[in-house]
Amino acid sequence: MNWYLRIRKLIQKKFPNNKFLHRYFGLIAFIIVGIISLFIGNHVNEFWQRLIILSAIYVIMAVGYNFSNGVAGQFSLDPNAYAAIGAYVAALLTMSPETKENVFILEPVMKPFDKIQLPFLIATLIGGLAAAFSAFLIGIPSFRVRGDYLAIITFGFGEIINVIANNLVSLTNGALGLKGIPEYTTLAWAIGWAIFSVFFLWHLTNSQVGRILKSIREDEIAAEATGINVFRWKLFAFTLSGFFIGIGGALFAHYLTTISPQVFTFFLTFNLLIIILIGGLGSIVGSAIAAVLFTFAFEILRVFEEGIHIGHINIPPIPGLRMVVFAILLIALMIFRPQGLFGDKEVSIK
Amino acid sequence: MDLSFIAQEIINGISLGALYALIAVGYTMVYGVIRLINFAHGDIMMVGCFIAYFLLLKLKLPWPLALILSAILTGFVGVLVDRIAYKPLRDRGAARIINLITAVGVSFFLESLFVVVLGGVPRAFPVPDIFNKEFCIGNVYISMATIATIIIGLICVSILFYIVYKTKIGMAMRAISVDFETTKLMGVNVDRIISFTFFLGSALAAISGFMWAIQFPSIDPYMGIIPGVKAFVAAVFGGIGSVIGAVVGGLIIGILEIFIVGFLPDLAQYRDALIFLILIFTLLVKPTGLFGEKLEEKV
Amino acid sequence: MEKIYVDPLDPHYILELDHIWIKFGGLIALKDVTFKVKKGEIFGLIGPNGAGKTTLFNIITGVYKPTSGKVFFDGDDITDLKAYERVWIGISRTFQNIRLFKNLTVLENIMTVFHFKKLQKWGPFFVKFLDIFPYKWWEAGLALPKFFKFEEKLEEYALELLKIVGLEDYWDWKASSLPYGKQRKLEIARALATNPKLLLLDEPAAGMNPQETSELMEFIRKIRDEFNLTIILIEHDMKLVMGVCETIAVLDHGELIALGKPEEIKNNKRVIEAYLGEAI
Repeated sequence: MNWYLRIRKLIQKKFPNNKFLHRYFGLIAFIIVGIISLFIGNHVNEFWQRLIILSAIYVIMAVGYNFSNGVAGQFSLDPNAYAAIGAYVAALLTMSPETKENVFILEPVMKPFDKIQLPFLIATLIGGLAAAFSAFLIGIPSFRVRGDYLAIITFGFGEIINVIANNLVSLTNGALGLKGIPEYTTLAWAIGWAIFSVFFLWHLTNSQVGRILKSIREDEIAAEATGINVFRWKLFAFTLSGFFIGIGGALFAHYLTTISPQVFTFFLTFNLLIIILIGGLGSIVGSAIAAVLFTFAFEILRVFEEGIHIGHINIPPIPGLRMVVFAILLIALMIFRPQGLFGDKEVSIK
Repeated sequence: MDLSFIAQEIINGISLGALYALIAVGYTMVYGVIRLINFAHGDIMMVGCFIAYFLLLKLKLPWPLALILSAILTGFVGVLVDRIAYKPLRDRGAARIINLITAVGVSFFLESLFVVVLGGVPRAFPVPDIFNKEFCIGNVYISMATIATIIIGLICVSILFYIVYKTKIGMAMRAISVDFETTKLMGVNVDRIISFTFFLGSALAAISGFMWAIQFPSIDPYMGIIPGVKAFVAAVFGGIGSVIGAVVGGLIIGILEIFIVGFLPDLAQYRDALIFLILIFTLLVKPTGLFGEKLEEKV
Repeated sequence: MEKIYVDPLDPHYILELDHIWIKFGGLIALKDVTFKVKKGEIFGLIGPNGAGKTTLFNIITGVYKPTSGKVFFDGDDITDLKAYERVWIGISRTFQNIRLFKNLTVLENIMTVFHFKKLQKWGPFFVKFLDIFPYKWWEAGLALPKFFKFEEKLEEYALELLKIVGLEDYWDWKASSLPYGKQRKLEIARALATNPKLLLLDEPAAGMNPQETSELMEFIRKIRDEFNLTIILIEHDMKLVMGVCETIAVLDHGELIALGKPEEIKNNKRVIEAYLGEAI
């Protein structure tokens, strides 16, 4: 039984007549978390603030990724592509024409981006929609064939996007990337979008839609035999997932203020993969918690990479240590606890 | 566009293609037997390269000895990887996606381990002088490296065919690839056979790495990624599970890559994207590739 | 709106198979299979292993497309309908090796099924009716009251169905943790939840002891009567088949070798030969 049902049963027992509470306990919990994080965020120094914003961004990308991978069971390896699309599209829309003229030194930026400048929210949404549309286009041919190949097809797509980002200079400024992106991602925007993403996808997962997607994950053939248009629902999950990952990418761009193809390589996919596996495939809240843990752990481990010199303790800097740790973590997770923290899937079917 | 230019392009293509073919054969062999896409194959190649590097540079071994020794040592590395990371999943009957993820993890692990231990700075592979020789036919240059790659590649593939089709252990490998459960029930020590398969595959990776380093003498912990992925595309295109497919696929991908750069210079920067497009297209249109076998699910 | 042209046929028969052939590569799995199933009857499909019974089920449910031949359902040609569309018009099935949604609860296994569109007839055409899926996906995501109202109703309906089949106490169990016999029942319940006119059961008694088999026979009769169904059964358990089926078709090596009442089939020479492999 999953946590949603467990907690709801508990609430129904303790407050048997409060229908509002039965329905909206989730929303209330998320709003409380949001208010607390905002409060904390506004009362710590800049380093921790930036860390909170970064974790919020990873939360958005992780819950989006988990929705199609974990809930619908469609294993893809290209969230980096959708994050990139969301990031670049949004950035190209918010940067002023003057900035773009200065940044695009190799080739002038493609029309119509040279004249356009849009407000942050609209640019972010368009970025998300662009990512969703790309996911849709990839999904159509991919879901018509046997599901096993989706991972590899999407891996190929992720790499193709990387090559395009590096070479389509008039759109992306090539390997130089985009600089001078306005730093619009404040604590409020990041946490706001994160709360919305978790809330929306969590409710979706615990609704009839979620049940349909999970049934596709459990047994595609049986799902089809109960009247589910498997192709259409896979496409839906994948497209929606692309949307949220794209939103995360857009926010990411306006947090870093400088993006390049290097930011959106398979390494990003690897990180998101670790996050959703730790949190548990199929658990939206799990991915959110894991995203926060991961972001903080990543930063804390950076300390070890740079060496510790406190009093008598002298640990030399070990560059690259973080990756070794996370790679071992991933392998150990798969061997000893593939369902992660809150995953609802028993993954021992061949 | 004269004939000798085209001929040179073909030679260069075969030169690169032979490398991809060699790597792809290792990929496809492991998949053929245990249905695992060993994402870390390119990184095992990297490990082989570094082992050869140390054998040549520090122990000053003659290159044939270094080649064979690095193959053997890398073979054992492969067995170790299987025992630690893949075997526990196999014993549990884990879903194929779990295996794939673990392979990704192993790949990242090897890369980052080597970065930590040896540093990320590229090193120069000590290419033995004999490989720098070049032969000239008309206006076309063929280097000894190319010829050596082809010859060694042929030797490897022949040995592989001999093992798979003429020995008992090869028969066991073929049995496992057809029906794992039944083979186990027949009393075959499947763990030993699978370890042997990894040994062979990793040794092959090391040999292909050695030949790669001869043509591209800059080695670093991340060197295995791109050739590994391209060889993977070659293996899929040729038909994953088929050795002939891997060879043909490797040659085609190599020649294609060189041709794009040579004849379509405007698209040259996108050649990697085009290779991935081939991958996607293959999986959508004919997932079994040129020579692969079909797998149906029973309802 | 999609239109599928139909050829109206005799409405007393819920299902008609018309010269069905199917080839897999060089192997002919079904040869010229033709028979009709009357509305409301319990129909048996038997034959030795490998005869093509499950293949025939797959053709009726749309998983396989026949190489040639047609399938008629309730008078309409459904040969071109996709698998999931056939559920919408009233065909439902269970599987030989139980295919439940293992990690979902018993209740969720039933609830999942209340989602589909209805395929209605408009003159001689099939037309996709409006969604009876109770809410849009964004309404679910935004947690609008409409969404909650329907979710609560879905739970009620699902629980009622579980009561009818006697599984209501297991509602929050993970489907894979049910005992085998109950899992089979759940799968049948899930098929019933799609509100079918025709129910296909693939070896429902597999692995059951005589006591459970008797209960199953009662159960099959009960649901046929209460839900107004026609049932086609694949089975190897002869006691069950002879005891509950009104008409029986026998397949052997892809061909229909006998069709008739249980007594006729019991004494049919060709049937006995097929099962025992030699003339008696």
